[in-house]
Formats: sequence, structure tokens, C-alpha cells
Amino acid sequence: MKVGVLALQGAFIEHEKKLHALGIETVQVRLPAQLDGLDGLIIPGGESTVIGKLAAEYKLIEPLRAFASDKPTWGTCAGMIFLARDIGNDRQPILGVMDITVNRNAFGRQIDSFEQALPVTVLDDAPFNAVFIRAPLVTAVDAAATPPVEILSTLPDGRIVAVQQGHLLATAFHPELTDDLRLHTYFAQMVRERASA
Amino acid sequence: MTSTNGHQNGNGTGAETGTWRVKAGLAQMLKGGVIMDVVTPEQAKIAEDAGASAVMALERIPADIRAHGGVARMSDPDMIEGIKEAVSIPVMAKCRIGHFVEARILQSLGIDYIDESEVLTPADEENHVNKHKFTVPFVCGARNLGEALRRVNEGAAMIRTKGEAGTGDVVEAVRHARMMMSEIRRIQNMDEDELFTFAKNIQAPYDLVVETARLGRLPVVNFAAGGVATPADAALMMELGMDGVFVGSGIFKSGDPAKRARAIVEATTHFKDADVLVRVSRNLGEAMVGINVSSLAEADKIAKRGW
Repeated sequence: MKVGVLALQGAFIEHEKKLHALGIETVQVRLPAQLDGLDGLIIPGGESTVIGKLAAEYKLIEPLRAFASDKPTWGTCAGMIFLARDIGNDRQPILGVMDITVNRNAFGRQIDSFEQALPVTVLDDAPFNAVFIRAPLVTAVDAAATPPVEILSTLPDGRIVAVQQGHLLATAFHPELTDDLRLHTYFAQMVRERASA
Repeated sequence: MTSTNGHQNGNGTGAETGTWRVKAGLAQMLKGGVIMDVVTPEQAKIAEDAGASAVMALERIPADIRAHGGVARMSDPDMIEGIKEAVSIPVMAKCRIGHFVEARILQSLGIDYIDESEVLTPADEENHVNKHKFTVPFVCGARNLGEALRRVNEGAAMIRTKGEAGTGDVVEAVRHARMMMSEIRRIQNMDEDELFTFAKNIQAPYDLVVETARLGRLPVVNFAAGGVATPADAALMMELGMDGVFVGSGIFKSGDPAKRARAIVEATTHFKDADVLVRVSRNLGEAMVGINVSSLAEADKIAKRGW
């Protein structure tokens, strides 16, 4: 099993380290050909505007869209913005493959960035320490979407911070900045199941 | 790092702001990117459109600070706010070394990162800002491992080489990056007894030296800064093990800032790809004129500021 990590900008090495800890081979993806032979892909945190521009410049948008419509793909923070159908502006390139609306920088500036232990439905009962850095929020999910968008985690006030739609996963927070491997393990399971299906 | 200087955000839900993880984490999100000095909202837009991962808002870029002389201070809050409103990417700003009141003002302005910078005239010749006391994260310059770890010990969540700002000469940034990386390689082969002595000799906290040896890198993100002027300079710094690049005067003192900014962004991502480097290096117009660091008088060297 080989999982790619989009390595245009941002915290891609952190994701690779988590996957290596699980014994999974990783590939840094900067050019379209590097998607060949991958079973899954992680789009990391970083600046979504930068990732979008470099993806467009190096003709990655269509190959990434095709990949994500077929293979398990997980976006964290900027990666979640990149996967969303609607981000409230059309100034930056996105993949638009997940039926969610996302608001960038939903919490304000860096001094409003925070961490908080949150329950995640697909994990065991122990809460997950969710690290939010100039983080986005899911402000709406398309109720009519197929496959349906499942809400995996919310803040105590109900605002949505993690979702799954079929083989696509998105988190507003950064599991790669913690020592908790459970979400990476969960995604690896998604990749394994899809690869053997 | 287990600094616990976080604050409850008061909504009673257990959310903690200003933690070490959150401060160091923003720098991790900036990695592989280019942070550009800008002096106007228009320049900030050009930088964002070119793919800057953050901008540094300041009144004068280092080359002009050098030319003007006099005391260089924190920028006017109005000017910083104008830049904040112009872009959606993180905005950094500089305070003087040791000037914790300038830092407090920048934090209240909602700046995303403070650069406690030797490019401005130092306000305190003994002490740096106690950065643990702030919710906003800080980046500081360093020439070697000892200086970098002293800054981390004071709470810096990100380090950059000092280089020699405002010269367009990359030689000092290379010197500082080489020095840090070679010191890190050396301590990875030391036993515990030697690490005690090494920590003493470089005037760095022992625990941070041990952590650096274990990680094989600085415990925080480490960018190149000071003298980067071309895509090749940026790729060189990435090859030397830096996590990303600051470009100060190099962009807006050049003939075609938008094109050069884009080229440096692409070179930073594709630093190992010679085909990309050839393509982005073509027809960039005039680079900033530059000053040879070897021709600078010792008294004019900015990198010597900071203790």
C-alpha cells in the first residue's frame, strides 16, 4: 500500500511521519505523474491559496480531481478547503469534490487558534486532541448528496469540524501535530478497504 | 517541548489558545513556503497572488533601512492594518529586540506572528522579549545553534537565519544555515558527557541541546532569511535543510516583482527539480543591485545584533 502526500507547501512531512509510524510507504506529490500507483492521498495543512496556485500552475487540478473521485483522499485544514465544493469565493483554485461548504479562517487570527479535546464518532470513546490553526469550518453539508456526508466531529456548540463522504475524509484540525495515530489509522483502513474492493 | 503557557478562551468548553503546539504549529503550516516583505497593501496583494504563504508588513524594507540609517522601529499600526485587510494569508510584523511593548501592541493588532528582529534597531542590549508571556507566536533570527536554542528557550516558536538583510547577498544566510546544520550533525554523534560540555560552550539550555540531537533538527521550524534574491538562492537554502524562505528586499527591489515572486515560490517547492529551476530562472528582469557583504564595514552588519 502506497499513500501520497501532496507536497506543494505546508506540513506534509508531519503526515508522512505518521504514516511511516504505521508502516505505510509514502510518496511526495508535486507533479501529476507522481500520483501513478498510489492507493490514497493526503492533502496537508498549509496555505490553501498557495497549494491551489501551485496545483494549477503544475497542471495538477484535473489529475487530483480524477484521483479523489476514485481513491481515498483526506484533507486536513487547507486540505479540507481544497476538497470542498463551495468556499464562498472563486479567487482560488479548489478541487470541489466534497459536497460541503467551508469557511476559511473561520475562527479569526492566529491568537484565536486553539486546541481542544473532541469526540470523533468513528474512533473509540477517548476524545481526540484537535489542534485548530487559523482553521476553517464546515458551515453546511449537502443533505441530498450521494454518498451522504457524515458528520464525524463537532465543537461543543455544534459547529462541524470533521466529515466523511464515502472515500473522502476532511478535518478542520491537524491530527498530524499530535502523537495520536488514531485518525491516520482510520484513514489507512479506508485506503486498505478500497484497495482490496 | 512542554511549555504550558496556554489560556482558556473563556467559553467554558475547554478550548485552549496560545499553547506551544498552536504557536509552533502555524510555523509548521508555513513550511515549504515563501514569506515576503511588503510595505503597502498593493505589494501585499502582489505577494499573495504570487503564492506567498505569509507576508511581513513593514514600513521600509531592509535595503531602505540600510540606506536611510537612523533608528528603525515598529511600523505604524495603521499601515499594518491596511496590509492585514488586503490579504487572507497570515501577516507578520517586526518589533525591536527586547521591546516587549511594541510586541504587546502587535499582539493587540491581531498580527499572526511577530518577528523580534535585528533588522530594527535593538531596544535592549541585554535581554530579548520573554516570548512565553504572549499568545501570539514569535520568530527570531539566529546565526548558530546556541543562538537559536537561546531564542527557543525564551519562547520563540520559529527560527530563521539572520543572513545579512538588505544586501541581496546570500553568503551570510548560507554561513548561518551551514553552521546550524553542521552543529546539529555533530551533536547527533556525541555522548551525554560531551553534550553537557557542548551545551555550556554554545550557551544553550542542556535540555534543548539533547532534544535537538534526538530530533536531528531544531525543535521548531527553521527558515532561511537575509540576502535571498533569486529562485536559485531559495532552492540553495532549501537544499541546505531550511524549512522555507523569507525574502525581504529581493522581490520589491527588483525589476519585475510579481514575476520574481512567483519564480521564488516555485523554486522553493520544486527545489530539487533542475528543469523547474531553469524555467523559472529565465527572463526575470533585473535583480536587486545588492551589496557585497565582504565590502560592508563591521559596524554596518545587522546580523551582529542580538545576544
